[in-house]
Amino acid sequence: MTLVKNGAVVENEWVTVDDDTIVPIDQPAIVSANRWRNEKERLRQRNVPIGLRLSSDAVVDDIADALDTIELIALEFPAFTDGRSYSTARLLRERFGFEGEIRAVGQILRDQAQFMLRCGFDAFELAPGANVDEWIDGLSEIAIHYQPAADTRTSTAVLRHR
Amino acid sequence: MTQQAVTANLLGDGRVAFLTWDGDWSDNVADSHIATSDEESEWLLETAQRAVAAQVAVDPYLIEIDASSGSAWPVQRREQIRAAGPTGTINTLSDASVDGLKRVA
Amino acid sequence: MYRYDAYDSQLVGERVAQFRDQVQRRLDGALSEDEFRPLRLLNGLYLQLHAYMLRVAIPYGTLSSEQMRMLAHIARRYDKGYGHFTTRQNIQFNWTKLEEAPDILTDLAKVEMHAIQTSGNTIRNTTADPFAGVAADEIEDPRITCEIIRQWSTLHPEFSFLPRKFKIAVTGAYEDRAAVRVHDIGLAMQRNEAGEVGFEVMVGGGQGRTPMIAKTIRDFLPKDQLLSYLEAILRVYNLAGRRDNKYKARIKILVHELGTEVFRDQVEAEWEQLRDAGPNLDSAEVERIAAFFDPPSYEPAETSGYNAKLFEDHAFSDWARTNVARHKQSGYAIVSVSLKPEGEAPGDATAEQMDAMAEFAERYSLGEIRVTHEQNLVLPYVRQSDLYALWQGLRTQGLSTANIGLISDIIACPGLDYCGLATTRSIPVAQRISRLFANLDRQHDIGELRLKISGCINACGHHHVGHIGILGVDRKGEEYYQITLGGRADENAAIGKIIGPAFSSDNVVDAIETLVNIYLEQRYDGERFVDTYERIGQSPFKEALYDAR
Repeated sequence: MTLVKNGAVVENEWVTVDDDTIVPIDQPAIVSANRWRNEKERLRQRNVPIGLRLSSDAVVDDIADALDTIELIALEFPAFTDGRSYSTARLLRERFGFEGEIRAVGQILRDQAQFMLRCGFDAFELAPGANVDEWIDGLSEIAIHYQPAADTRTSTAVLRHR
Repeated sequence: MTQQAVTANLLGDGRVAFLTWDGDWSDNVADSHIATSDEESEWLLETAQRAVAAQVAVDPYLIEIDASSGSAWPVQRREQIRAAGPTGTINTLSDASVDGLKRVA
Repeated sequence: MYRYDAYDSQLVGERVAQFRDQVQRRLDGALSEDEFRPLRLLNGLYLQLHAYMLRVAIPYGTLSSEQMRMLAHIARRYDKGYGHFTTRQNIQFNWTKLEEAPDILTDLAKVEMHAIQTSGNTIRNTTADPFAGVAADEIEDPRITCEIIRQWSTLHPEFSFLPRKFKIAVTGAYEDRAAVRVHDIGLAMQRNEAGEVGFEVMVGGGQGRTPMIAKTIRDFLPKDQLLSYLEAILRVYNLAGRRDNKYKARIKILVHELGTEVFRDQVEAEWEQLRDAGPNLDSAEVERIAAFFDPPSYEPAETSGYNAKLFEDHAFSDWARTNVARHKQSGYAIVSVSLKPEGEAPGDATAEQMDAMAEFAERYSLGEIRVTHEQNLVLPYVRQSDLYALWQGLRTQGLSTANIGLISDIIACPGLDYCGLATTRSIPVAQRISRLFANLDRQHDIGELRLKISGCINACGHHHVGHIGILGVDRKGEEYYQITLGGRADENAAIGKIIGPAFSSDNVVDAIETLVNIYLEQRYDGERFVDTYERIGQSPFKEALYDAR
């Protein structure tokens, strides 16, 4: 699996753990929201970072109490066309002020990467065989943005009146 | 069973095409390779799928064919219109399809 | 009209380059059809029955003569010499090639046009009153709002993969010529008691399989709060709209299943969070955009020649009666140009007709043209003293049919002749009806009658809101046509009711004539078809259609 973060390929330090597998004590681990709810107290006592993996129908309010503990949220794309996680990412960044990593996982295309970036994603788990260089190019294909979003890019409405 | 042929649209220009006896594509339904058994239909579809993999054709499928008049003609109205062009605007028809148009039910 | 600045041009240029690359990757095999389909649909490119169809955006239906000439060029160079104006004020070309699609977009960009978001599950072209800026009953030109929405919604990072497509319509006038109540969001401009301008916000209208009239969720939204409110609606919909069944994925189903009150509460709660931090424009940007829509400098009225010609020339006065509407500036007129000549496909125009319209616009209408959702064209700034010369010019191009609002001014979807989704044909039915009622005196006698035809249940031909609606249904390979009566797309929007069993293709045109005859027998003075229908109900029509059989 190739991980692109902040526009470059990086080593993935995280392990994604199934609900019925033991959570390692010495490696950052990503668990489901369900497991978080059930094992919250125990997971908080680990000395290594914990992350959450959210399905595309997850409601941010349901995991709001986890946000000061966790360092990564992986948002799932079960299909290219399931756009719910774009809104979820914006809510995490803009409404809840989450500053950890937001990682896009599942069915994602490089042609969608810039939309994700603007909604607050900063890491992308590429499908096997994906062309990494093209992916990184895809993050900056469009330089003009008509509307503000969760990123720091300035919208045209502001640029025009500077 | 009824007789069948394979149709698709060509990737590059989108035109309607029919899989021919020599494994190529034609815009004329009369050139279609007509399958007369399930096995042959299956084989035709597999041939068409190779054309999909080779970036030649898009979304191939089987259509029912009536060849009783001597040349192949689709049974379904939708496929007749695909073979002959729109029925309402005569000036848009290709020359080859004018004869076919007269046969659209 | 709005003109691009360097930012607008750069964005469209970058989008064309991006699409060119996507097309190349598809042709090379780097993208499969399943991967490419959502990408080409974000740029208006469909694979239809016969070929690729490219839908070009005409923002809120406003075109310059230069843009119209480019559409003519595209029809000639890349297509078969014609194009089809749609119910969403766009144009589509039916015979394009994937290989040439990037070149078409490059040509379009030269005249500040594109195909961005003319398909796909995105916010589509925002439509408007075709008489915007010139209607006598208008509060403010709705195109200012539409352009603000166009920019906000273009490549919106959060709302490019919605549960389903999303259509917004805006009217600034009391009389609704934009069918705002059958859109996902309808905005009707209002003035509050303090005299401030804002919008009545209606949500969840639409046609398709489950036709619904939009529900008002806010009586008055201040104009400067529009974008944050739209963002709140879209966010609620993006997160909660159904994705398990594409036929239940439109916002109308969400509004219906939640109930209007609950939906409104969710939107208002989201808006509370967004209204200060959201995408609302500051006044400098609003003023910049609004300035593009300032009224032109009108010349003094001169009407005597016009009035004389109305007396002298019967054919001209017939045309003026239906195709010329009152302008807010005295001495001027709004001219509707019918794309429904007898026996032709509704909404089609040849490259020659497009060039001619560009010419007429330059000579008579300050270079501006509009497209209506009823698939006609409008010249919005014609001096009354030029009307006769314009009409004579239109006559040489087959563009002078005097039938706006009459029974042969039919909305029809492309139907099975072109569309990959259709189950029956609609164009040939429209053609037969227009031939049956070819006698113009008879049409004028019948008066306003909105007839709309869809070739399948997706209702792109707006049959649900036709005074007479016709829906094609396939019965074991035979084309049948179901008739609905009493639909309306105006400010009193209503969904038509099915009158009874469907008619065969052979009988449907006679059935329409029977309905018209009942109306003619029963009408009071001054009543339109739909008025008589609303007064006497379905029974007399139903009896005439079915009892004799």
